[in-house]
Amino acid sequence: MTEKLKLGVYWGASCGGCDISTLEIAENILKVIEVADIVLWPCVVDFKYEDVRNYPDGYMDVCLWNGGVRNSETREIAELIRKKSKVLVAYGACSAFGGIPSLANLYTKESIFERAYKTTESTDNPKEIYPQTTYTVPEGDLHLPEFYGSVYRLRDVVDVDYTMPGCPPTGKQTWNVIEAIATGKLPPKGSVVGVGDKTVCDECPFEKKTEGVRIERFKRPHLEKPDLTPIAELNNKPQCLLEQGFVCVGSATRSGCEAQCLNANMPCRGCYGPAKDVDDQGSKAAAAIGSLIDTKGDPKRGEEIAAQIVDPVGTFYRFGVANSLLRRAKI
Amino acid sequence: MPFEPKILGIFCNWCSYTGADLAGTARIKYAPNVRIVRVMCSGRVDNSFVLKAFQEGADGVLVAGCHPGDCHYIEGNFKTMGRVPILKEMLRQFGIEPQRFRLEWISASEGDRVAEVVNQMTEQVRKLGPLKWKEVTNTKDLKT
Repeated sequence: MTEKLKLGVYWGASCGGCDISTLEIAENILKVIEVADIVLWPCVVDFKYEDVRNYPDGYMDVCLWNGGVRNSETREIAELIRKKSKVLVAYGACSAFGGIPSLANLYTKESIFERAYKTTESTDNPKEIYPQTTYTVPEGDLHLPEFYGSVYRLRDVVDVDYTMPGCPPTGKQTWNVIEAIATGKLPPKGSVVGVGDKTVCDECPFEKKTEGVRIERFKRPHLEKPDLTPIAELNNKPQCLLEQGFVCVGSATRSGCEAQCLNANMPCRGCYGPAKDVDDQGSKAAAAIGSLIDTKGDPKRGEEIAAQIVDPVGTFYRFGVANSLLRRAKI
Repeated sequence: MPFEPKILGIFCNWCSYTGADLAGTARIKYAPNVRIVRVMCSGRVDNSFVLKAFQEGADGVLVAGCHPGDCHYIEGNFKTMGRVPILKEMLRQFGIEPQRFRLEWISASEGDRVAEVVNQMTEQVRKLGPLKWKEVTNTKDLKT
């Protein structure tokens, strides 16, 4: 009888969605339990850090790590888990790219603390108390982790074996990767797994018209509905959402998610990260979309239409400011 | 030693690069701070080129193309006109001062305009000082 895989799941700066998403493998969870023993999963099971420190090195056959690196505790545990794992997978957009938390890289620790602990509308903190890394009470010294100046990707602090993008990765892809690990059929170390080789356009239920479509006006999905009429010339599919004017970054985003959002009539927001061989998802998406603007040869018109995208960094780098060429803002 | 800005220039073959060439053959004296890379059309300039330039240490980036309506490929610079405004707002959000990136339309006969723009931009960037993007991303808080 082959020994069961020792499986760990851990979270850094995370919303918890990736932990829950492992359950989207549905009935395959029974297969997972057949082949694996869970030895760490703070979201679900009560193992302590001390247990992990006592594991022999390489004890975990695979650890799925979700969440970014925001503070020193996360970094410390990343280093610990790296030692105790044979295979470490950066699972989900946050560990792979920084995720939505890395939008914080447009700010400084100081401005974040001020907003979170002082100026948010529901905060009542007249003494302006901020958390400290050390605080002495009669019983002794209390410690909190240090809050870093930027959000980092998992690979910025430890060696990562595989990267699985997605916010969260889909159930299907999660099962694909777990199965690959269980059967030993993994690609070369360093690969991005749980993905296709193309962009989301390849999996999309909408169809683009051929040449000549230009965008005269950008539409916001919360204010306008897309036109879902099937069009005969487009294989009876409705017209591409980007062509209709909804900002969709699918053309710069890696496939593998089966275009779940598009299948719900929402434009792609880019959670599967940059397409294969693309170094900077946000600028590629912006350039692709910018080139579709109906400037009619008038730079002023180009500026007016482009200005309708009110937050380009938030729109085009939603899931990975930490993974962009510039990595963070200069303040 | 005054700070000498390092500015990357991306000039289109048919108009602006030829204009820069004219500045040379006419022996116009102008600041040497712009290093020019030639592309066939300003529509080739992807936003990521500009970001990569800043990330790699450029203090400024100057993109020059044909005047609207004069593009050798008819609509190539239409794409530039759509992309650049989005890029400019992105640069602002990343904290890069607007004077560090410039888009100019320069024709093949405007050698003097090349000199004028390069001189102007060099002085503006000199006043702003070096960008030193590698210091922004030096992950020093991870070294504790």
